[in-house]
Amino acid sequence: SSQQHQEAVHHCASSRCGEDSHGKLYKNDTETQLYSLKMYSIIHIFYNTIYDEDEVLLALAEQLGNFTMLVGGPEYVHCLLPPLESLATVEETVVRDKAVESLRKISQEHSPVDLEVHFEPLVKRLASGDWFTSRTSACGLFSVCYPRVSSTVKAEIRQHFRTLCSDDTPMVRRAAASKLGEFAKVLEPEYVKSDIISLFTALASDEQDSVRLLAVEACVSIATLLPQEDLETLVMPTLRQAAEDKSWRVRYMVADKFSELQKAVGSEITKNDLVPAFQNLLKDCEAEVRAAAANKVKEFCENLPEDNREQIIMTHILPCVKELVSDTNQHVKSALASVIMGLSTILGKDNTIEHLLPLFLAQLKDECPEVRLNIISNLDCVNEVIGIRQLSQSLLPAIVELAEDAKWRVRLAIIEYMPLLAGQLGVEFFDEKLNTLCMAWLIDHVYAIREAATCNLMKLVEKFGAEWAQNTIVPKVLGMANDPNYLHRMTTLFCINALSEACGQEITTKQMLPVVLKMSNDQVANVRFNVAKSLQKIGPVLDSNALQTEVKPVLEKLATDSDMDVKYFAQEAISGMFDFLLSTKLLNFNSLNFIFLLFFLCSFGPSITIPNQRLQDGICHGTLSNQTLKVIACLSQLHTFTSSAASSFVLCGKNTK
Amino acid sequence: SDLTLQPPFRPHSTSSSSSEKVDGFTRKSVRKAQRQRKSQGSSQYRTQSAPVELSPLPQLKDTPSAEQQELFMQKLNQCCVLFDFLDSVTDLKSKEIKRATLNELVEYVSTYRGVLVESAYPDITNMICTNIFRALPPSDNPDFDPEEDEPTLEVSWPHMQLVYEFLLRFLENPDFQPSIAKRHIDQKFVLQLLELFDSEDPRERDFLKTILHRIYGKFLGLRAFIRKQINNIFLQFIYETEHFNGVAELLEILGSIINGFALPLKAEHKQFLMKVLIPLHTAKSLALFHAQLAYCVVQFLEKDPTLTEPVIRGLLKVWPKTCSQKEVMFLGEIEEILDVVEPTQFKKVQEPLFKQISKCVANAHFQVAERALYFWNNDYILSLIEENIDKILPIMFGSLYRISKEHWNPTIVALVYNVLKTLMEMNCTLFDELTSSYKAERQRFVTKTFFVYNSLCLRLRTPTWS
Repeated sequence: SSQQHQEAVHHCASSRCGEDSHGKLYKNDTETQLYSLKMYSIIHIFYNTIYDEDEVLLALAEQLGNFTMLVGGPEYVHCLLPPLESLATVEETVVRDKAVESLRKISQEHSPVDLEVHFEPLVKRLASGDWFTSRTSACGLFSVCYPRVSSTVKAEIRQHFRTLCSDDTPMVRRAAASKLGEFAKVLEPEYVKSDIISLFTALASDEQDSVRLLAVEACVSIATLLPQEDLETLVMPTLRQAAEDKSWRVRYMVADKFSELQKAVGSEITKNDLVPAFQNLLKDCEAEVRAAAANKVKEFCENLPEDNREQIIMTHILPCVKELVSDTNQHVKSALASVIMGLSTILGKDNTIEHLLPLFLAQLKDECPEVRLNIISNLDCVNEVIGIRQLSQSLLPAIVELAEDAKWRVRLAIIEYMPLLAGQLGVEFFDEKLNTLCMAWLIDHVYAIREAATCNLMKLVEKFGAEWAQNTIVPKVLGMANDPNYLHRMTTLFCINALSEACGQEITTKQMLPVVLKMSNDQVANVRFNVAKSLQKIGPVLDSNALQTEVKPVLEKLATDSDMDVKYFAQEAISGMFDFLLSTKLLNFNSLNFIFLLFFLCSFGPSITIPNQRLQDGICHGTLSNQTLKVIACLSQLHTFTSSAASSFVLCGKNTK
Repeated sequence: SDLTLQPPFRPHSTSSSSSEKVDGFTRKSVRKAQRQRKSQGSSQYRTQSAPVELSPLPQLKDTPSAEQQELFMQKLNQCCVLFDFLDSVTDLKSKEIKRATLNELVEYVSTYRGVLVESAYPDITNMICTNIFRALPPSDNPDFDPEEDEPTLEVSWPHMQLVYEFLLRFLENPDFQPSIAKRHIDQKFVLQLLELFDSEDPRERDFLKTILHRIYGKFLGLRAFIRKQINNIFLQFIYETEHFNGVAELLEILGSIINGFALPLKAEHKQFLMKVLIPLHTAKSLALFHAQLAYCVVQFLEKDPTLTEPVIRGLLKVWPKTCSQKEVMFLGEIEEILDVVEPTQFKKVQEPLFKQISKCVANAHFQVAERALYFWNNDYILSLIEENIDKILPIMFGSLYRISKEHWNPTIVALVYNVLKTLMEMNCTLFDELTSSYKAERQRFVTKTFFVYNSLCLRLRTPTWS
């Protein structure tokens, strides 16, 4: 029965689309009232009958937020409050959160009067509920009603929020702490100072670290709300304390929010307070904290005041960064490696060469592949400042080592950076050093690598052009067609699939097509059906003459292959080409081309099936009535009518009378 | 009364489910390249300004009793120095001195009388707090699976263990006076102690369990507070983090606490049962603490049988839908409950309960089916079924009859035959009635299917099926 209910809930919600039909009901007031009364009782029936399935409650909580129009518009929106109120007290967190979300949404649809008469009392009831669930829900509702109520009610709301911040269940204090910043934003400035600061200070020194760390988040919002001169006395003592908290979770949070904090407190405090704090976080005893701080190194440096940015970085930050390069924890090192290259733009050419380059080189030789990869993936930053040549001597061994890493995921990652590297290192360097690597990946024993390698070749051709491809890549790829290993022969086909478009019609027709056609005689069926697939794939690049004279006979032959799969894919290819022709507006349905095409296809004989919806759509299309009979005439030549085509005829018979 | 305390309950099979897997697959921990046992330092150790070198003090037993107290204090202070155990080569001498001193202190509080004078309490608790209260480090393995992975051990255990030992002996000393100690062993102390239950080191949690149990027994003023904080930990575990290492230990303590609850049960305790213990069954890591949890639930029902109906309905509501391993645990718990159920209470829940059992019996997972069928080996349950056979047999019959024909597992089929036989002996007439009506129903179904199939074939002009 709960399923039925769920359907019903969805039905109710989706019937919003039918507002037009309900519109009639709004014509006069009594009807509207009657209607909203009905809605109200329906909701209550729902709520009272299905109390035990969390999934249903979740759907209900979500949909009720969209019910405003269904209950008669904003005027009656408050009748949604009772069911949402009960949903906001449910144990299951997701249901409760959804209910609060919906309550927040419909709070905006309340008139200021309704807000005070209906909504605010609900918030109060929740805030003073017995069980923690209702009190946690209340925390999320203060900020949405505060701006639109009278000053006496505002005072009450502040009082309630204060109470919840010192609730004796940590769950409620956590909820309050997480909404502190949001609530501070809607408060008048004088109350931010008088109320919020004391709550903030209290929460930031809570006995539970899970509460304290949420206060750090609030710190960002609060600091932006206060004038600069108050920050030092009102916020900084707490922030300093948080940066040295005994719990690593709190310190982690500080590190994680460091850039936001830095922006919020301004440059003067950053210089005096945050720089030493950041140094400490970079040297923290917990790797988690160090990694979080290392992630922020670039952003932190970027946001330093420009006048003495370089000096701060060189004397305070860089020494810590140097230590992190040889950290014992690989997550720390890889976090650093993902941002360290960004420092070069900030420090300029000379400093980069003197101070950063040794670090890059050290990280390029790191034992952990992730560190090396992160460095390589950010090469573009350095390229702009000092040019990649400085690094290329060390880069090459690092790349080669990654390219041969025993873990295929590492190899995959480096392949993905190849086009980028090729672009930066230039074509000569590439041909000389990296081309062999790229070709070696094509015969990797892991399929994912071979696949990525083909894709990589395509990107390289896009970068270096068709002529380069013809000279360097294509001969090697085509050479693999004679490999004794059928997997390598198939790789040739995959490469051709990927390269044909980038290489253009000339190369595809002259060099690639003959190889593909020759491979249709391969003794391995997998190769043969991949030939069919390839022909379909490169079809669009070929000219129609080649299609008719070379591709068609081969496909027809494959369509009679002894192997079931080969047969299947050959037929797919034949009808796929048909699909292609249809899609290239060559064929306007109203033109005679369409008819010719059908004749052309009919010449393929019994191997063709009527595959696609588009043809049927075409037949049934209203504008086709003139052409329809001709189409039918063509189709009658096809020997293998599918029942779907037949049913199209029935349909078009109806349409065209 | 509320004040009596039973010794902590130790279930016989704490990890039976994890150790004896029968699915034939090697366990993840075996497949994983055997990592060496890792140990971890506390997050508290932060490079101290200068390394402190300890110098040995004279032995307490060699000192005249007049000076013993003074020396005892000195030793307590000496033990407040913390060392970095991650670095196994530094401060070796000082570490050894502290270890020896701690050993001596343990012996001193456990064998000597009259050592716990009032002035010693602050120093004693200070030494304990300094050593054991610390922020637990981040888990070494973010997807730590307590069932599969080796726990990370506390690296400073050589000292930590002795401090815990000392705390325990301190609490158990016959001269120990809670009225003096309560100034130091207060709510804040308990809160920090409870946080440590999240330690990954099982040795530490074991000590904490015994210690918290002693504190609960000796400090009446802290009892409500301790229960409430445990409540909070569980709620956070269920609804927020889904991670807490010490759930089993806390439940073990609660098991003995529940035993001592006064009757009639306070509303607070009933709320704990319904709003905390029942939802705990939904936890992903249920296997780690199910034995203790089931024990707690059964304790409640033994205290107050009228709770049986809400508890069973609560369990049915959170009954696992996809996890067979958990379903087996639930069935185990139901059997434990049925073992102590009063016949009048049983009548109230028999219908929803046996609807679920009939689903379990027909479960394709043979362990679930088998566990449910084992109910019929329990004499007390059998007597309950026999008493209510007219209600239960119609619920069970369909499933049993069907799987007796269809279940893939021969053991299950054999078990079902026995169960059917037992049920038939209980009420032969009803059994025959059900058999014939089942067969008639089945026949109607088959006829209908044939009819639909044949009419389809007729339309498709394919041979019909007779």
